[in-house]
Amino acid sequence: MNNSIDPRVNRINFPDDITEKKELDQWITWEVFHQRKRGEQHEHVGIVHAPNSEMALVMAKETFGRRGHTANIWVVQSSHVYSTGYEDDDIFTTTPEKIYREAGGYKVMDKINKYKKEQK
Amino acid sequence: MDTNIAIKELLYKIADDQLIIGHRNSEWTGLGPILEEDIAFSSMAQDKLGQSQAIYNILNTMGEQDADTLAFMRNSAQFHCCHLVEMPIGGYDFSLIRHFLFDHAEWLRFNMLINSSFEPISKLARKYRGEIKYHIMHADVWLKQLGNATEESHNRMQTALDNSFNMALGIFENGPYQELLKSEKIFDGEEILKQQWLEKITPIITSSNLKLPAENTWQPALGGRTGTHTEHLQPLLDEMTEVFKIDPSAEW
Repeated sequence: MNNSIDPRVNRINFPDDITEKKELDQWITWEVFHQRKRGEQHEHVGIVHAPNSEMALVMAKETFGRRGHTANIWVVQSSHVYSTGYEDDDIFTTTPEKIYREAGGYKVMDKINKYKKEQK
Repeated sequence: MDTNIAIKELLYKIADDQLIIGHRNSEWTGLGPILEEDIAFSSMAQDKLGQSQAIYNILNTMGEQDADTLAFMRNSAQFHCCHLVEMPIGGYDFSLIRHFLFDHAEWLRFNMLINSSFEPISKLARKYRGEIKYHIMHADVWLKQLGNATEESHNRMQTALDNSFNMALGIFENGPYQELLKSEKIFDGEEILKQQWLEKITPIITSSNLKLPAENTWQPALGGRTGTHTEHLQPLLDEMTEVFKIDPSAEW
C-alpha cells in the first residue's frame, strides 16, 4: 500500500487499525532548564515527554543541548511547578506603570558629570 | 611497515562499524517512537557518521583514499564491519538492543585507545569519549525502562537480546595482527575488550530484569572483519550511495 519516495517508509508494515493517541495518554512532561556556562543562570528552554527523570534528562540533552554550548541541564516534572493562575493575572496590571521603581527614574547624570569634572 | 598494515586494519573495522550502524540508525529519522527520541536517536546516528569520517581521515593520512571514496565507493566485500551493525533496523526493540550492545563495546574500545601509542587514534578517542558516554547513558536508560516496564516490553527486549547476542560477540572477532598491536602498545586486543564488555553489560542487563543467553549457546557471528557479510550489507550500501553515485564528482 505504501508508495513513498522514501524507501524506509515503504519498508514499514503499517497496521490497518491505527488508533489516534490522546494527549498525554502515556508519558508525563518535564520542564527543561539549560545552563550555557558554569556560574550562569539555568534558563527555561522548553518541555520534553518522559516516563521518569532519568529519561527526561537523556531526552533533554539532545532536544535542547545538541547545538552550541551546554554546561548543565535540569529537568523538573511539570506538575511540580507551582504557578500563578491566568485568572489572577490582574495582580500584574498596574506594574508597568510604576516607573518610579525603575532606576531610569533617577536623575544622577548631572552629579556624575560634576564629580568627573572635579576629578580632572 | 607491518605495524602500518595492522593499524589500518584496526581503523577500518572501527570506522566501518560506525559508518554502517550510523546509517542504519539514521533510518529511524522521522519514524522514531516519540519526537524527543527521534531527535536523540538521529543525533547519535550523526555522531557515528562523524566519528567514522574522523577515522577515515586518519586512514587518508596513511595513504588510503579520502573519506568520501572510502565510505561510498567500496563494495560489501571491502568492508570490515561486523554482522551486528549490518542488520536491518527491525523493530525498536532490536535497534535499542543493538545500540546498547554495540555502544558499550565502542565505549570500552575508545577508553582503551586513549592510551594507544598511535597518537592520532588516542587523540581521537579522547575527543569523542564524551559523545559515546552519552550514547551509553541513552542506551542504559532505555534498557532499564523497557526491561522493567510491561510484560510485552520485557519479552520483546529479551527476545531481541537473545537474537542479537551472537552477532554482538562478532564485534570481537580476532584479527591477524593482535599480537603486533599489543606488543606495540597500540591496542590491547579483542579478547580483553570482550571480557571488559561482558563485565560492564552484565549488571546493567540484570538490573533491567533481563538475562544474557546461556554461555553454552554463544556462537560469535564471524567473518565481517575479513569481508564476509550478511545479505543485508550490499543493499544498504546501494541505498546509501544511490545519490553519490549519480555524480561522484559533484561538489556538495
